[in-house]
Amino acid sequence: MNQIAIISGKGGTGKTVLSASFATLATNLVIGDCDVEASNLHLILTPEKITEEKFVTGHKAVIDYNKCNGCEECIQYCRFDAISILNSRVTISVTDCDGCKLCSRICSEKAISMTESDNSQWFMSKYRKGNMVHARLAPGEENSGKLVNKVREETRRIARENKSELIIIDGPPGTGCPAISAITSVSTAVVVTEPTCSGFHDMKRVVDLANNFNIRSYVIINKYDLNPTVTEQIEQWCRSNGLTVIGKLPFDSNVIEAMINSKSIIEWDPQSEISKSIIRIFRILTEKD
Amino acid sequence: MKIAVASGKGGTGKTLISTNLFRTLELEKAELSLVDCDAEEPNVSQFITGNLKGVNPVMSNIPEIDEERCSFCGRCHEYCNYHAIVFLPTAGYTKVISELCHDCGACIIACPDNAIKLNERQLGLITSFDSNDHSEIIEGCISVGVYSPVPVIKEAIKSAIKETVILDSPPGISCPFVATTTRADYIILVTEPTPFGLNDLKLAAETLTRLNKKFGVIVNRAGLGNREVYQWFEENKIPLLLEIPFDREIARTYSQGKLITDELPGYRKAFSGLINKIISLNTL
Repeated sequence: MNQIAIISGKGGTGKTVLSASFATLATNLVIGDCDVEASNLHLILTPEKITEEKFVTGHKAVIDYNKCNGCEECIQYCRFDAISILNSRVTISVTDCDGCKLCSRICSEKAISMTESDNSQWFMSKYRKGNMVHARLAPGEENSGKLVNKVREETRRIARENKSELIIIDGPPGTGCPAISAITSVSTAVVVTEPTCSGFHDMKRVVDLANNFNIRSYVIINKYDLNPTVTEQIEQWCRSNGLTVIGKLPFDSNVIEAMINSKSIIEWDPQSEISKSIIRIFRILTEKD
Repeated sequence: MKIAVASGKGGTGKTLISTNLFRTLELEKAELSLVDCDAEEPNVSQFITGNLKGVNPVMSNIPEIDEERCSFCGRCHEYCNYHAIVFLPTAGYTKVISELCHDCGACIIACPDNAIKLNERQLGLITSFDSNDHSEIIEGCISVGVYSPVPVIKEAIKSAIKETVILDSPPGISCPFVATTTRADYIILVTEPTPFGLNDLKLAAETLTRLNKKFGVIVNRAGLGNREVYQWFEENKIPLLLEIPFDREIARTYSQGKLITDELPGYRKAFSGLINKIISLNTL
């Protein structure tokens, strides 16, 4: 099974536009939207939900003031600076609580209990070309990496059940836990960058990350014509680091028109230069080794 | 006053806004810190730095189990809420998976044998620069492979000491975004007028509303896409702070790592007015 993750480091370089294009090119694939914080793939693929499940991202500590004797011992133990005295009583900040449960364990009055954060959801859906797994992290929730893991695992399970040959993972930006979870055990990472100093800088970090996990990466330079000089620098860097640039995509405002009409650029304007390039890239990625 | 520049979607122009706002206020002699809180992919220093003031590591503790002392009771495994301790009693095996450890200290409290010692691990670096005599830049950056940027973000914000602090936030709506925006008095959300931009703006706005934070919006690349985002502002009474047009000159300047307020000084006025608008909206 060919498992390809689309990542970038920097946000807004075109991961989802590319993922949606791949998703509308192939047949019998499963696509997983692993950007669970700001997922956008559904806006193009307009999937129909088949199942919808709750997901527990973590725990939060809550104080029962009928039991709290104000000893403040929990404040000493909390490593996340989440407990303080507010209006002369012990108060836990929901946003700083990491859910480690230590305060609840050490409280002599058993005044602290843990509640589940279960406002996040994940979905199994069908779209016009295949199956899709996606999720919605509840606002402000922690542990998005855990939900990303869930989406990735379910994507793989459904691919196995349907004997799909191809999995596409639309990844999140960054290099932290959501990005790490998204690329865990994929076979190939496609790094989408843009010819800006920041796009270039962030690409190097995310290539490093993929290397740490022994994942082969390919590079795509999106909007390459916006700055030919930086494009050339990126190509030069890739050459000297043994990385293949498998395609360069031009800036095309039709990509946004397609998005507004819930279509991938391949569906919207198949004869455009950008669509032809994407089709070429897709062929290279899905050729049998 | 602390102002965070944030967005749900990545690549909408957070760093464009925070660096140019910083430059404009700096030229107006404000006592100013700019903190790059996007510790997974910090980019502020691609645009402005200054004289290097200091580089400080952010450390965390990783427990290690001394097998000589360990009685294999399994209490550390039971106390660890992150499943970071593997315990196989029949095999006489207890081990810490350092990547999953959140440095909460629970295992140390749990262990009756005093068998857990702590090793230090570097999570990232805080680098600070003096831009000039009244303004500074602080960058938080995690090492590649580190899971959570939150401890580095908190340290970076703590080290900002000037009267006005601009926080360049990471994208998304989870813990890194929350760690940044909860420490701000006002949040500027940056979006673009596209379906992706609007979808993620709504998510970020919902998160800030839950956190009880005041915010306004800047539309970047105005002219692209459609008008739906503006309808949404009207329906929800969200203040539109500024529009930056889609302009290839801006894209080119940005791509070279330059500031539009330096290269295209006509934009300075817009950024200068921004801060007064925020102050009046925030009634500070």
